[in-house]
Amino acid sequence: MSDRTAGMAAFSGGGHADSDTSHPSRHVGRRARRIEDPALLRGAGRFVGDIDLPGMLHAAFVRSPHAHALIRRIEIAPAMEVPGVVAVLTARELQPALTALRMPLGFPTSALPENITPFVLTPEEVCYVGEAVAMVLATSRYTAEDGANAVIVDYDPLPVLADCRDALDPGSPKVRREAQDNVLCRFSVGYGDCASAFAGAPHIFAERLHQHRGGAHPIEGRGAVAAFDAHDGTLRVWSSTQMSHELQFTLAEMLGIPEPRIRVQAPDVGGGFGAKFLVYPEEIAVAAAARLHVRPVKWLEDRAEHFVSAIQERDQHWDVEIGVDDDGIIVGVRGRMIHDQGAYTPQGINCPYNAATAVTGPYVVPNYHLDVFVAQTNKVFTIPVRGAGYPEGTFVMERLLDRVAHELRLDRATVRARNLVPAAKMPYVKPLRNRAGHAITLDSGDYLACQTMVLEAIDYAGFAARKQRARTEGRHIGIGLAHGVKGTGRGPFESANVTIAPSGRITVSTGAMAMGQGLATALAQIAADTLDAPLESIDVVAGDTAAISMGVGGFASRQTVTAGSSVLIAAREVAEKARKVASRMLEVAPADLELHDGRVQVRGVPEMSVPLTKIARLLRGIPGYDLPPGVGAGLESTVHWEPDAMAYANAFHACEVEVDVDTGGVRLLRYVAILDSGRLINPLIVEGQVHGGIVHGIGNALFEYMRYDENAQPLSTTFADYLLPTSTEIPQLEILFMESPSATNPLGVKGVGEVGTICVTSAIASAVDDALADYGVRITAVPIDPVRLVEQIDAGARR
Amino acid sequence: MNGDMPSDTHRITLDVNGRQHETTVESRTTLADCLRNQLGLTGTHLGCEHGVCGACTVLVDGRTMRSCLMLAAQGEGCRITTVEGLSPNETLQPLQQAFWDCHGLQCGFCTPGILMTLTELLRDDPDADEAAIRLALSGHLCRCTGYQNIVTAALAAVDALRSTR
Repeated sequence: MSDRTAGMAAFSGGGHADSDTSHPSRHVGRRARRIEDPALLRGAGRFVGDIDLPGMLHAAFVRSPHAHALIRRIEIAPAMEVPGVVAVLTARELQPALTALRMPLGFPTSALPENITPFVLTPEEVCYVGEAVAMVLATSRYTAEDGANAVIVDYDPLPVLADCRDALDPGSPKVRREAQDNVLCRFSVGYGDCASAFAGAPHIFAERLHQHRGGAHPIEGRGAVAAFDAHDGTLRVWSSTQMSHELQFTLAEMLGIPEPRIRVQAPDVGGGFGAKFLVYPEEIAVAAAARLHVRPVKWLEDRAEHFVSAIQERDQHWDVEIGVDDDGIIVGVRGRMIHDQGAYTPQGINCPYNAATAVTGPYVVPNYHLDVFVAQTNKVFTIPVRGAGYPEGTFVMERLLDRVAHELRLDRATVRARNLVPAAKMPYVKPLRNRAGHAITLDSGDYLACQTMVLEAIDYAGFAARKQRARTEGRHIGIGLAHGVKGTGRGPFESANVTIAPSGRITVSTGAMAMGQGLATALAQIAADTLDAPLESIDVVAGDTAAISMGVGGFASRQTVTAGSSVLIAAREVAEKARKVASRMLEVAPADLELHDGRVQVRGVPEMSVPLTKIARLLRGIPGYDLPPGVGAGLESTVHWEPDAMAYANAFHACEVEVDVDTGGVRLLRYVAILDSGRLINPLIVEGQVHGGIVHGIGNALFEYMRYDENAQPLSTTFADYLLPTSTEIPQLEILFMESPSATNPLGVKGVGEVGTICVTSAIASAVDDALADYGVRITAVPIDPVRLVEQIDAGARR
Repeated sequence: MNGDMPSDTHRITLDVNGRQHETTVESRTTLADCLRNQLGLTGTHLGCEHGVCGACTVLVDGRTMRSCLMLAAQGEGCRITTVEGLSPNETLQPLQQAFWDCHGLQCGFCTPGILMTLTELLRDDPDADEAAIRLALSGHLCRCTGYQNIVTAALAAVDALRSTR
């Protein structure tokens, strides 16, 4: 959009984003309080766990205690004797209610083998701890769990593949008996000529890196309620999901019920972060059971189930090298990565693909090659957790650049400045393709300016003196920095319907999903500006398939870009319709009319006006009379805006840490971050998203470790063992913004949700290296394990 | 409670938000499940059911308690306050208002428990500073906010309540 591509505004948290003077915004850019909040603050939200239907049964799943085993026998009779238990369903009982026992591949991609998806209930073989074998229906969750405990399953344990690196060994035990190969697929990404570039490179540095991210852990776990009406054959499902329409589509396929007969509604969703970005076997089982028993069925997972059966995004092992010249200018990056896919593939290979294509990030890398091995293990399957592969790719590049700086005795910021894509080269086309096959095009931004702003804010220049002073006090402090770039606004589309009812209330319906990000407020702000209406006159309905027929959902930091653009265009079309109708009523050209506070009025002559309520009533139609010509029925519009390209948001983070060399404890002293997500719809909400994203990254850097033993038995299955960051570990986060509008969409926006997360592990690793430079410590794995860190410190002290 | 009632049950009266509720619970029924499933007070949320996340925090005789770790039968004779009791007239109280003004919540799932802990803190330490607030919040997990705006909101509530003293 031409009026948004010129100019760039920078402001720090607390400011206003009123940089657009071409059409004055009353709402967009304002730190508006969220319309979602009052109900939630009174305890009057409605989450899936709060839904209670007459005659409802409660489900509990019998889950495998083995990482790999054959099911010899399932004895359900003892469970049936438990008072309150109504039924025990295994794959055999459930199969007749399903068109297939196996889940369809979500987002099917070519070149993947057959028979790789999980089962609704597994019939013969369990392939990870937590895999569901049977489902118990009872009159309460308590009795359902009693029943689940009483089901006897006789297992014959099979050899286990626990470490994804072993999958490359042809002699390793098969992850599933049916698997042709423990490596699901191999692929390469890259461009240029690495062989020649490395042959001529003055310096080559190699790194072996490992990263581990653990689980998504929204505080509300997964859950679903299903009710089947046998009279009209309709199914109603409430689910805590990031994808209502995808769930509707999958239920239709799996249960053989046409989509229009299925209504999926996401009630208030207590966070997602990737955990709900999948149609799970349990959701299908719950719906099938509701249909079989013609009674509503509810399943709410507990945290123990979340730890073993909700998705994780986990281990990647990288062997990489970087070639640079004497000035630290990159000539090439190449290597190999092994990605742990888990026991099944429910949804393609987006994580390893994103990680592989994210490595070069904001930098000019003339030659790049990466061989990727997607390795299967007997662990729960992996799909994106907040960041979706980008944190991993970023960690690799940032670790390599710190290594270059260290080896060539260059300043870390200087090395980055010399390799960043310069603002003058934007839009910058990378010789890499995203999953949709489009060239990765960094559309706008000034990465070096972002770096400069943050380094000034954290007084990077004065750090050497601070560090010196700290050392005289016996303290080890360090400063770290990292860039990150994230593709946002993934297509193919998102839906929006804007309707002005004869009552005058405006409803925005969308297939986008509200799960805590403030989506409703942001979309209402966009509609309010376009229709010049008060925010209070707008309702937003998200994630209800009855409200809009098509939708994609909430992931990939996509919704403000895609749904926001659809809302903008739909609201413009509604305004245009209203002007056309009013034009005939007032006998004034549409161009001379404007919307204001529920009326269409003559520009400059507000007393000449028609209320929108009257236009809405007219467009409902009066039986026997013609509609006004040329506008069609209804004061409404539905738009499915399709992005041509992704919008690349960027961030730069710097932090100061103090390391306790006796305990290996890492304390964050300061954390400064800048985000450039283009134009900001609501800076208050954006700041909140950035805070949450950074703290998720802090968990990944310092705390969150999903521990398994050598038999792939999960060990950290409570919040006492698996540590999420808490308030006392987090310093005041200092957030800056730059607003480089994106030309990829009519709002000029870029996504936000995941961007805060992606640089954090890199920045903290960089700072810990710096704090422990005297000991020669280099962080090569996250989360940073204090025990390992003390070993490294001790080894350094002995040298 | 639905269906076949086990024999191990208790008829109890719970005082919740100033109202007396008579109900029948099993010995093992947690206070949280009783509040949610039997009394319909679904504002109290369950995030972990093992006493770490703090989402289920309620006040029992004025003191914060994990309602997932307390049995309903133990609540007899106690004064219990849940998030629904903070604003009985649907008007947001200063703490809730501060959360709204400062964007102190995102998905809102952990929020009820946090409001209860801060209610106790602001009562006992009306001049609570950032360190005291962070310490009180350290018994709660929030995945959305990074805690920053929760702290900001709590400090704003301290100010708001101070001006009414």
